[in-house]
Amino acid sequence: MRRIIVTLLYISIVCAMPLGVTRAQARADNPSETLIRNATVLTITHGTLANTDVLIRNGKIAGVGKGLTAGANARIIDGAGKFVMPGIIDCHSHSMLDTINEGTLAVTSMVRTSDVLNPTDIDLYRELAGGVTTLNLLHGSANPIGGLNTVVKIKFGRPASEFIFPGAMPGIKFALGENVKRSSNTNLPGATRRYPSTRMGVEETIRDAFTRARDYKKTWDEYKSAVAKGNKNLMPPRRDLQLEPLVEILEGKRYVHAHCYIASEILMLISLADEFGFKIKTFQHVLEGYKVAKEIAAHGAGASTFADSWAYKIEAYDAIPYNMAILTRAGVVVSVNSDSDERARRLNIEAAKAMHWGDLTEEQALKLITLNPAIQLGIQDRVGSIEVGKDADLAIWNAHPFSVYARVDTTIIDGDVFFDRQQDLSRRADLTKERAALEQADPNRPAARGTAPQAPGRRRPSGHEDDDIWEGERP
Amino acid sequence: MKEHELETKRLGETVMQRLVQHVAIGIGLLLMVTSAIGQQILNPTTQQGVLPARGTFIIRNARIVTVSGADIENGSVVIRDGKIEAVGTSVSAPSGAQVIEGRGLSVYPGMIDAGTSMGLVEIPQGANGTVDTSEVGEFNPNARAIVAVSPHSAHIGVTRVEGITSAVSAPTGGLISGQATLINLLGTSPKEMAVVPNAALMINYPRLGGGGGGGFGGFQQQFNLADALTNSERQLEQIRKMLRDGEAYGRAQDAYAKDNSLPRPNHDVVLEALVPYVRGLQPVMFRANREAEIRGAIRFAEEMKLKAIIVGGDDAWKIASFLKEKNVPVIFTGIFQLPSREDDPYDVMYEAPAKLQQAGVRFAISSGDPGAEVRNLPLYAGMASAFGLSKADALKAVTLYPAQILNVGDRLGSIEVGKMANIVVTDGDLLEIRTKVRYLFIDGRPVALTSRHTDLNDAFKNRK
Repeated sequence: MRRIIVTLLYISIVCAMPLGVTRAQARADNPSETLIRNATVLTITHGTLANTDVLIRNGKIAGVGKGLTAGANARIIDGAGKFVMPGIIDCHSHSMLDTINEGTLAVTSMVRTSDVLNPTDIDLYRELAGGVTTLNLLHGSANPIGGLNTVVKIKFGRPASEFIFPGAMPGIKFALGENVKRSSNTNLPGATRRYPSTRMGVEETIRDAFTRARDYKKTWDEYKSAVAKGNKNLMPPRRDLQLEPLVEILEGKRYVHAHCYIASEILMLISLADEFGFKIKTFQHVLEGYKVAKEIAAHGAGASTFADSWAYKIEAYDAIPYNMAILTRAGVVVSVNSDSDERARRLNIEAAKAMHWGDLTEEQALKLITLNPAIQLGIQDRVGSIEVGKDADLAIWNAHPFSVYARVDTTIIDGDVFFDRQQDLSRRADLTKERAALEQADPNRPAARGTAPQAPGRRRPSGHEDDDIWEGERP
Repeated sequence: MKEHELETKRLGETVMQRLVQHVAIGIGLLLMVTSAIGQQILNPTTQQGVLPARGTFIIRNARIVTVSGADIENGSVVIRDGKIEAVGTSVSAPSGAQVIEGRGLSVYPGMIDAGTSMGLVEIPQGANGTVDTSEVGEFNPNARAIVAVSPHSAHIGVTRVEGITSAVSAPTGGLISGQATLINLLGTSPKEMAVVPNAALMINYPRLGGGGGGGFGGFQQQFNLADALTNSERQLEQIRKMLRDGEAYGRAQDAYAKDNSLPRPNHDVVLEALVPYVRGLQPVMFRANREAEIRGAIRFAEEMKLKAIIVGGDDAWKIASFLKEKNVPVIFTGIFQLPSREDDPYDVMYEAPAKLQQAGVRFAISSGDPGAEVRNLPLYAGMASAFGLSKADALKAVTLYPAQILNVGDRLGSIEVGKMANIVVTDGDLLEIRTKVRYLFIDGRPVALTSRHTDLNDAFKNRK
C-alpha cells in the first residue's frame, strides 16, 4: 500500500511535466488548421447541421458548411457518425483550486482564487474527457461575501497563466443560507463562533459591506474630482482591498455569483441589490428558484443550478428537477453546473435531464451547458456556440451528447487538441510499464532495515466540492 | 325528372352522410370507452395511505423487453392479481381486463437498486432526526432495516416514477451494520413493501488505512501502515469472534431443542440474528472497495462458510478472475466515482462493469446512494454501456442480475410468466436520459406517476 502511494508521488513528481505535455500534445504538434469533415454539428445558435464541416484556423472557427477545404498541413478529423458541439462550460467549479474557502471572516472579497491555481490537478484531464473546456472557478460558500472567481480554459499540460480566460468578466462569490450559518459553528476546540448565524445576520452582513463600499467609493470619487479640478496637494484615500471589489460591483464592472437555496433568501438578495443599485449576475444552485422565477427574471439575474440533486440538506429538500424548465420558461438565462469534479465529467447528461423533466427543447437544453453559461460569465462573444469567428473550443462525441451511451472522442480548445481518446488508449500500455518500473525504482523498495519510507499525504484531496453536494455514505 | 334524380341523389348523399356520421359517432364512442378504460389506468389513486388495487390488465401492441429472453417486437403482457400471467405475440385480453394500448411503447421489468438506504434517511445533513442508518456501536446484527424503513419517505415516490421498482435498503454503521431489506417501492407499511424482509447481513469489511478521512475542516491524521494493518486485523478478529458466537449459539439452541436435559441456553437477540447468516442460508454483504479488502472479505467468507456478496467493489475488476473463481458476485456502486488514483485511466470506473462481465463475474450496477440519487440508476447502467458493456448486459445489470444475486431471480428482474408484476412502460430505451415512463405497475398494482416533485412542479409552474 505504502509503496503504491510512494509510487504515485514519484509518478506525479517525475512525470508530471512530460506526462502533461504528451497529454495536451506538444504545441508544435498542433497545426494551425484543423478540418472536421462530415459531422453532425450542434451549432446551438443556428440549429443542428447534418453532414457538415467545421474549419478551424489559428484557434478560431473559420468556417462551418459543406465541402470546406484546408491547407496541406491541416489536421483532418473524420466526423462521419460523430457529433460536434461547443466545448462545455461549467459555471460552478472548484477544480484546480488548492484551497476553496477562506472562512474566517464573513466578508472575504479581498481573496482571489487566481492565487491558488494548480494546473496539474488530474481532475482537469478527466473533465476534458467529458467535453468540458471552460470553468468558472468559484470561492467556497463559507461567507456571505466570499472571494473573487477565475474563469479558465482547461489547457491541461500548460502553466496556470495560460489557463486564464482573457476578457472574461471579473466576478465574486456570495453565499446565503446554511453553509454561511454553519461556518459559524466550528467544532474546533477554543475557536470562537463567527457572525452571522442566521439569515437575518446574512442580510445585515451584506448590507453593512455595501454601505461601507458606497462611502468608500464616495471618498475616492471626491478625491478624483478634486484632483481633476487641479487640486494637487491632496493625499489619496487609503486603498481598501476588501471594499474595492464591492465598488466594482456597484459600478457594474464585476459579476456577482450568489450561492443560494431557498426562495426567501433569493428575494432578500434581489431586494438588497435593487436597493444598492447593482445586479446579481447569477444565482448559483438556486434550487428553489422555481418558486420565485418571475422575481429572478424581473431582476435580470441568471440561474446556474443542479439538474436533479435534492434532499442532501434541509434547504435542498424542496428542490425539484423541473427547476431548469420553469426558470427557462420564465425568461431566465439558465445553466446547469457541476460544483463537483466528478459531476463535471458528465454535464451532457445533466443538461439532457431538462428534456426528461420539464420538456425543454433540445436547443434549450444544449444551451444550459454552452451559450447560457457563456452569457453568465460575459464570454458569449468568444465561446458557447459554433459560429465563424468564435474560439475553436469543441467537443467531438461518438453519438449525440444527450445519449447516455455517448462518449467524447476529442476535445479541442483554441484549435489545439487537449483530449483524444485514441491517444489516451494508445498511451496506456506505456504508462503501465512506467508505473512498474517506478515500483522497482530504488526509492520505492522497502528499506533493508529501519522503517519503510513514509508515505506523504495527498497534496490536496481530489474531487473537492463546495460541500454543497452530499456525496452519500461511502461503503 | 332531372330535379327528381337530383333530389334522390341528394337524399342518397344525406343517407351516406348520416351513415358516416353514425360510424363516426360509433368510433367516437369506442374511443371514449377505450380512453375511459385508459383513464382508469392513467389515474391510479394518488391518495397517500391507499394502496392501489390489483386487477387484470393487458398491455398490448407494445415492444416487450423481457430481459430473460428475446425482445418481442409486437406483443402483449397480461397482469393479473399481482403476477405476470401471459407474455407473447398471440395473447388475447382476458375478459374484464383493463387495456393499455402500447403502440410505440416499450415494456420492461422494473429496475432494482441493490445498494441503497431507501426509507432509512430523508435528509442526511442537518436533520439528524431523519437519519436511521447507523446504530451506536460496532456490532448490531439485530438492527433490521425493515423495522425502520419509512413507506412515506418522499424518496420512494420520487424514485419509483423513474422505473425503479425495488431496492435493497441497508443500514450502514459500525462493522456489522445490521440486516438489509429488499423492498418494493410501494406500500403503506413496511410489511406491504417487503419482498425479502431480512435480505442480507451487512458487514463493513475493515478498511486498510483506518476510518474515514478528515471532512470539512477536519484534521488530517498521519497515516501509519503498520498501525492500520494491526487495527484492521483486530477489527476482523472481532467480527470473526462475533460470528463464531452466533454459530455456537445456534448449535446450543438446536442441541437444547433436541435434548431438554441439557442446560438451557439463554436467548440473545443479537446472536439469534446471526444464525441464518453464519449457516450460509442467507447472504452476507461485505462493503469492500480496495483490492486487498475485497480479497480479504472473500477469504474471510470462505473461512467462515458465508454466502458472500461484495458491495462497492471499486477495485473488483482488478481481481475479476479471483471473483469468478470463488463465484462471489459484486454489487458495483462506483460508476460515478472519480478514479481513486491519479494515474488510473480516466474511465477506469466507467469500464469496470464491462471488465467484470468479460471475466464472467456475476455483478449488478447500483447507485450506492442512500436515496436521492437512486432515481438515476438507469444512467449508471447506461454509462457502463458507453464504456464497453453491451446494452443488453447494462439493462440486466439493473434488473435480472441484482434479482439473481439477491436470490429472487425467480420472482423479480424479468418479464416472465409467474413473476411478480413489477413492470415499467416507457416511450423508449429504459436507460436513455430522455426516455419517460408512461405506466408503472408494482406488485401488479397500477401506480400513479406522481411524487413530491411532480406535486411541487404542479404547484409552482404556473405562478405568474
